[in-house]
Amino acid sequence: MRFYRALLRLYPKSFRQEHGDEMAAVFGRELRDAGGLPGRAAAVAGAILDTLSNAGLVHLDILRQDLRYAWRALGRSRGFTATAVAVAALGIGATTAAFSVADFVLVRPLPFAEPERLAKLWERNRYGQNDVSPGNFRDWSAARSWEAMGAYTFRSVNLVSGGGPQRVDTAAVTGGVLSLLGIAPYSGRAFAAADDAAGAPGTAVLSHGLWQELGGGDVGGRQLLLDGAPYTVIGVMPRGFHFPTRAVRLWTTLRLSQEQYRERDNNYLQVIARARPGVSLEAARAEMAVVSAQLQRRYPEENDGVSAMVLALRDELTRQSRVLLVALSAAALCLLAIACANLASLLLARGLARRRELAVRSALGAGRERLVRQLVTESLLLAGLGGAVGIAVALGAVPLLTRLVPDSLPIARMPAVDLRVLGLAAVLTALTGVAFGVLPALRASSRPDTEALRGGARTAGGRSDRLRSALVAGEVGASVVLLVSAGLLLRALWRLQSTETGFRSEGVLTLRTALPWPAYEKTAHRERFFREVLEGVRALPGVTAAAYVTGLPMAMPGGIWRAEVEGVPADRAHPQMASIRFSTPGLFQALGIPLRRGRDLRDGDRLDQPAVAVVSESFARRHWPGVDPLGRRFRLNAEGFRSVVGVVGDVRVRGLERTSEPQVYYPYNQVEDGNYVAYTPKELVVRASGDAMALVPAIRRIVATADPQQPISNVRPMSEVVAEQTASRAVHVTVLGAFALAAALLAAVGIHGLLSYTVSSRRQEIAVRMALGADARAVVSMVTRQGVRLAAAGVLPGTLLAYAAARSMQALLAGVRPADAATFLLASLLCTAMALLGSLFPALRAARVTPMAAMRAE
Amino acid sequence: MHRRATEIEALLPLPSATFHILLALVEEDRHGYAILQDVAARTGGALRLGAGTLYRALQRMLEQGLLVESGERPAPEHDDERRRYYRITPFGRDVARAELRRLTDLVRLARATGLVPEKA
Repeated sequence: MRFYRALLRLYPKSFRQEHGDEMAAVFGRELRDAGGLPGRAAAVAGAILDTLSNAGLVHLDILRQDLRYAWRALGRSRGFTATAVAVAALGIGATTAAFSVADFVLVRPLPFAEPERLAKLWERNRYGQNDVSPGNFRDWSAARSWEAMGAYTFRSVNLVSGGGPQRVDTAAVTGGVLSLLGIAPYSGRAFAAADDAAGAPGTAVLSHGLWQELGGGDVGGRQLLLDGAPYTVIGVMPRGFHFPTRAVRLWTTLRLSQEQYRERDNNYLQVIARARPGVSLEAARAEMAVVSAQLQRRYPEENDGVSAMVLALRDELTRQSRVLLVALSAAALCLLAIACANLASLLLARGLARRRELAVRSALGAGRERLVRQLVTESLLLAGLGGAVGIAVALGAVPLLTRLVPDSLPIARMPAVDLRVLGLAAVLTALTGVAFGVLPALRASSRPDTEALRGGARTAGGRSDRLRSALVAGEVGASVVLLVSAGLLLRALWRLQSTETGFRSEGVLTLRTALPWPAYEKTAHRERFFREVLEGVRALPGVTAAAYVTGLPMAMPGGIWRAEVEGVPADRAHPQMASIRFSTPGLFQALGIPLRRGRDLRDGDRLDQPAVAVVSESFARRHWPGVDPLGRRFRLNAEGFRSVVGVVGDVRVRGLERTSEPQVYYPYNQVEDGNYVAYTPKELVVRASGDAMALVPAIRRIVATADPQQPISNVRPMSEVVAEQTASRAVHVTVLGAFALAAALLAAVGIHGLLSYTVSSRRQEIAVRMALGADARAVVSMVTRQGVRLAAAGVLPGTLLAYAAARSMQALLAGVRPADAATFLLASLLCTAMALLGSLFPALRAARVTPMAAMRAE
Repeated sequence: MHRRATEIEALLPLPSATFHILLALVEEDRHGYAILQDVAARTGGALRLGAGTLYRALQRMLEQGLLVESGERPAPEHDDERRRYYRITPFGRDVARAELRRLTDLVRLARATGLVPEKA
């Protein structure tokens, strides 16, 4: 019999209390009727089977019933339901989206085999981190810690394969790089050592995307022309394989010659390595310190102060991206906390308002278990609805956040919604819902709530009121933190956007025609191409200036050379650096860079003429302070001396957020054949009076006439190049701003909810006050004061927290001080305004209370 | 009873336990164990309801308004304090009739196919 009683525990308590005794009696009769051991055994087995098959169903019956009841109850208070669902959805959705992106970028292992063993290596010299020289790369790769080490460089080539020519970003890799990553090709093979040997026939591996773009099909033996040279396709990498960055779509071999391997002062290699199994990056780092110390002793000149830097491949992220994603996640957590607080507050208020209903049901004999169960079901239904809408919010928000995924990582652009995070946020919300949804039921059923039965919901529970006030104040504080953070980022964005660039981008169109080598090895060939294109473009209606240059300001931050002035001994320890560009005449006019002194470059500045250069004002000021720079001579990278023929304004070549080196411009055709491959002018800059973009078809025809094989890429207005500088920031600000506004809105909802409840539970008191002569204004101010008090209780601690948050994201602030008074003031004011907005309707409702009506309601 | 037509429809077809319980209560109010015995006797022992099945069905039928607990008690010497008696409601009778009609119609339809030769 005890056994059957135990079985009965599987049924819901209410059912057991209702029918348990009788069921036990029935079982007793059956047992008695059965007689004999086999019969009794059969009865016991039957009872077990009967219980197992019915207990679950009874639970389901009750659940169904409760759901129906909950659905009706929620339907009766649509305003409450909509608010609670929206609040939960916002919390779940925003958190999931933000964490999905952050986890994808910061945490999740890279999509390579055993990625924790992969490292990126850099040289570190006195000035910071640098690319690696071939000589050091070869010596480093002999270190015992590494199973394999490979080097690569980026290369952008003209690809011809059947169709028209196109520009493709590629990486030239040493033989072992692809296999070192541990990803097998989708088809064909990756590079072998033989492919990397000098003089071997050219081989190429395609990305899955490029392969499909070229028509897919059989891989083996397909021929391509890269910059005019023939290559055979030997393999295709699988879909989703990106290395070293997402932009690279084709790989060739690097083929360093013995001669190149002797170079130690020419740094241009990117190096990755895979540690041996069981060797930590820490241990590898220690060994590399020893190796680079040996190299310093062996090559005291070139390797002076050069050591090896070993980073986990995962950590190849700018500090900015990292800080940003952490900030975003913190903001999302903040929002989730606010949402939960709000939900808790809403449910507490509802629980109090339903005290009477609960008390009645309790008095009518509904057990505590039944009531709790009912309320849990209702809370879960609410959280479930919120969760469903939240998933929709997350699914919608993740694509918006993909612009936060940096391009420099070997991962896909699009993170999937992280189901674990989604689950966690949903569980958190559900827990909040259940905890605060059930609390009132527990209180209602723990003792006979005669007060509630008598007086309805008039009396407010003091403790829960204080709890709700604290929750609402917390919401206000959190929204201050978010508003301040978003505000500071917005100020940083404005500050950067108003930075003087040194050129005028309006009305300027740019496009790229990167001339392939060796077809354009001879300076004269290039000159012919440039002249033909520029003459054609300058003749187009509306074009006021056009020029070719090595790289656009901001888009090409590199090309930093060492400068020496004639007659001044070079200081090797503190070299003066300058940014170099080769250009045709007309660049300064086209970009709107002011010519301060002297003249522009000329077509006539050829090799047989004196070597000349145009320099920027800061270059002239630094090297010839207080002296006329025209006619002075200097050189870059220890090559021939050149005379200054012109001085132009400074340009932010390094972009808006970094200080730029002084600039130097060389004439495009004062170059020996085959020299300065990487500096061949490739960017066409066109200034037009009308719509510059409308000129593109005409320019395409002009280029095609000059060279039918020449692809055109990167067509865009110069203003876009500038906008790109702040594009990711603009996204950050938008995202964080959206979070902050959502938080402030939630806080206002919280204040509104709390005050509405207070007003309705104090109707009688208000009525008495009004009967005693208080006017509407006094009542409004009484309610509003409570709202402002709540806001103040949140704003003060919120401000302190906001300052701490601002300091931790100083890297993102572009020089705006973390304690920026205007931002803090505005954020506090905004929060207070939200608090006033939240108290407005309750206050007005309070003012409309008439003494008679309130008395009658009793 | 006409206004309940849709309510009745919504309950059909009845689970066989429900139908048998209704049949057991048509003649008189019974307690749980008596219902079990009646069902077993009526079906010649073919249908033996377990206690769980019975009381789950009773609980649902109470909620659906097919049954009520009977306030009347038999003579004290036959009564057991723990026992509750169940009485069929008019709605319960309507539902049982509707189920009977449904089954009869079904049987007639099946017969018409000639599946089983009709007895004279």
